Amino acid sequence: MTTRAVESWTLQPLTEFVREASARLVLLMTPAGQVLAQSGFSRAVDVMSAAALGAAIVASTNELAKQLRQPPFAALNHQGRRHGIFLSTFALERGTVVVLAVYDLDVSSLGLVQLFYEQLAADLTAASPKGGAPKQVLAADFERELSDSLNTLFGR
Amino acid sequence: MTGGFGHVLDLITRVRGVRGAMLVAGDDGVVVAEQLMEGIKGAAVAALAASLAGRLHRAMEAAGVGASVFWHLQADRGTLLVVPAVASGILVVAVAEPDVNIGLVRLELLRAAETAG
Repeated sequence: MTTRAVESWTLQPLTEFVREASARLVLLMTPAGQVLAQSGFSRAVDVMSAAALGAAIVASTNELAKQLRQPPFAALNHQGRRHGIFLSTFALERGTVVVLAVYDLDVSSLGLVQLFYEQLAADLTAASPKGGAPKQVLAADFERELSDSLNTLFGR
Repeated sequence: MTGGFGHVLDLITRVRGVRGAMLVAGDDGVVVAEQLMEGIKGAAVAALAASLAGRLHRAMEAAGVGASVFWHLQADRGTLLVVPAVASGILVVAVAEPDVNIGLVRLELLRAAETAG
């Protein structure tokens, strides 16, 4: 399984999470859908779709929580017949990180993904560069940044 | 956290040497109910026990010996005992001292599985 990172400090924690939780696909991204790292995806278009849809779900559940005057939901799990989808966010000094994980019910479980997600969050917090917010992508640079990220993620 | 299953877990935790008991959703590996002494990581035990149960189930099927009814893992500093409640998909888990009376815990786990099922 291929694991690649745009932000290199995410690579080791993500690789360990994938191995321990037996996750099939994982995306680390910002709430805006900017991908930090991916594992298991073979096509750029799938990463783009998953990032956009994951970011949209996070935005809509956050808004739903606001409407209910509740703090944001900690995590969301959707279980199908063969696969589960786990979506959660946690805060780093640099900003919020969204984790989207898809797991096979044959080889993993919600409990395992939750367990090792906590470890992932702790490892990423420890590995995250301290001080200074990440560079913001301006609309004018968006396409070039996206293209550069996808090139990195797919080793082009 | 016992979620109305306190009486089921009481059957197990009243045995001398048992440090905790849990009901775990076998498919998900999440805790349904637990009575644990401090220091036992319930979520971790639940997730890993369910993962092991799934693999054991497949191994037993492959070996053609049917479903497992009880397993006992002995470690240096303790023991993990599990009975799957087949009808409900719940695992009844006990964490105990190494010198616990295994026969008695097994009996109570089977009773608890019957009640939980």
